[in-house]
Amino acid sequence: MSPQKPKPERRPNRMGATINRSERAVREPARPEPRAAMRTQGAVQSKTSWRDKLDAWSAHHSNSAIESLLRLLETPLQSLMTWLVIAIAVALPAALFVVFGNVQQIGQTWQDSSQISVFLKQDTSATQAQDLRVRWAKRPDVAQATYVSSEQALEEFKRGSGLGELANHLDENPLPPVILIKPKIGGNAPDILNSLQQALIADPLVADVRLDMLWVKRLHQFITIAERFVVALAGLLALGVLLVIGNTIRMAIENRRDEILVVKLVGATDAYVRRPFLYTGLWYGVGGGIVAAIILAVGFWWLSAPVTQLADLYQSSFRLQGLDLIESLQLILIAGITGLLGAWIAVTRHLYLIQPR
Amino acid sequence: MIRFEHVSKRYDTGYEALARVDFEVEAGEMLFLTGHSGAGKSTLMKMILLMEHPSNGNVFVDGHHLAQMPKSQLPYFRRNIGVVFQNHQLLFDRTVYDNVALPLQVAGYPHQEIGKRVRAALDKVDLLDKERSNPIMLSGGEQQRVGIARAVVNKPTLLLADEPTGNLDPELSNEIMTLFRQFNEVGTTVMIATHDVELLKRMNKRVLGLVQGKLVHDGVLW
Repeated sequence: MSPQKPKPERRPNRMGATINRSERAVREPARPEPRAAMRTQGAVQSKTSWRDKLDAWSAHHSNSAIESLLRLLETPLQSLMTWLVIAIAVALPAALFVVFGNVQQIGQTWQDSSQISVFLKQDTSATQAQDLRVRWAKRPDVAQATYVSSEQALEEFKRGSGLGELANHLDENPLPPVILIKPKIGGNAPDILNSLQQALIADPLVADVRLDMLWVKRLHQFITIAERFVVALAGLLALGVLLVIGNTIRMAIENRRDEILVVKLVGATDAYVRRPFLYTGLWYGVGGGIVAAIILAVGFWWLSAPVTQLADLYQSSFRLQGLDLIESLQLILIAGITGLLGAWIAVTRHLYLIQPR
Repeated sequence: MIRFEHVSKRYDTGYEALARVDFEVEAGEMLFLTGHSGAGKSTLMKMILLMEHPSNGNVFVDGHHLAQMPKSQLPYFRRNIGVVFQNHQLLFDRTVYDNVALPLQVAGYPHQEIGKRVRAALDKVDLLDKERSNPIMLSGGEQQRVGIARAVVNKPTLLLADEPTGNLDPELSNEIMTLFRQFNEVGTTVMIATHDVELLKRMNKRVLGLVQGKLVHDGVLW
């Protein structure tokens, strides 16, 4: 850079020793040439364009992503264990959510078929009953009204109960005529059902109205409790995943302590040092999510056959619904985000402590 | 380039590593820092790199007042300083090439540029044929040269070396010193900590002498 630089001139100083150029430079500060020349060089060398910076940045991202994944695969057993722990923690609440969705689906079917049985007075004539049926069917809150005469009711009883023989011995038909009302409402509206019940019972021909409100209310309450339980459980298990990943990342950081010290000394930014560990966390999360999705798919497949048989026994068309593809991907995404978050916490806590000394 | 103003360093244990040290280094200078172990050489070097903070006094490097430097600027500041350690601080999980490339990767240089500069630096220290080796396979002198290549690959304006010839025989340490002299000749400010008096005499450069944290000598050795 400064080929014209003179050989160190020797001049005797106070102590009879010699001083070199640099000491003279202190005394004669006006030596701008070499300094200016060096500054120019400094400016040129640090001039990397934004495009290059962006390229290098994205390159480091993909490098970190691939390298951290390869690192995990280098210790397959250890990584698999971590993945399994995460998978179990993820799969448990996910399974509960799915089971719970299925229960809700059953509840929905039941509520759809929920009907009000209106028992008419024994002496009501068929014409009166039909009039009533037509009038009620026109109500806005009634979807369907069906008249069942006492004779039909007896027939049904003979067929359905298996006590046909006993019924044959009866002198007269003890069953009242019935109008079956299907309410036109979304299943979960106990108030509307209540007011409909009040309106029906007001008719003078009506002896009794049977509406099993209690089980609807109970199911609702049960669903609310179960929902909260699953949410709390999911929260706790998510915390567990954060801790597991946080601890694993902490060990990874300790293992690479020397490397971190060196790159910090040569001018790595915190973001640069953090990046591979964040990817490690992401891979732990995503891997755990994938294993969880597999566990759930296998588990529900294994359960679905007996559930279908059971449903058939109840003459129900109910089928167990596992996770579909989109839901599985969502599960993996959530697990991945949790992993990233766990890594972030660990990295923020521990990288700060590793400073070159 | 470097200015120390009444710099003291007292550790929590009460041990005083530096006591009111004053000196100034011009850009383009080459100088040595000497003293027994524990005299404060390393502490002084670390302060320039912001690995240590003075308890009292001010340190200026390349126009920056170090005490006032925001944390976010620290990485960019360090990119302008090359450091050579006695124990090399090489990473044994990667090749010589990757070790030398580290400062450039960290600074975000494009791929081809890294290749050119790493090879130039390795050529300079005469290790071009070892670029694919693992540093653990190299001799002590070779490892030290890899460390030097890493320190200069980013063309820093300031080069610090802490006992760079510590474990090397005189012939090897001469080689290393020749390298430092060459870097100095192209304008890099070079500061080398050593306790090798013979070396200081041979080099005939400005010497800062530390005894128990006090600067007792500033000038060429007689």
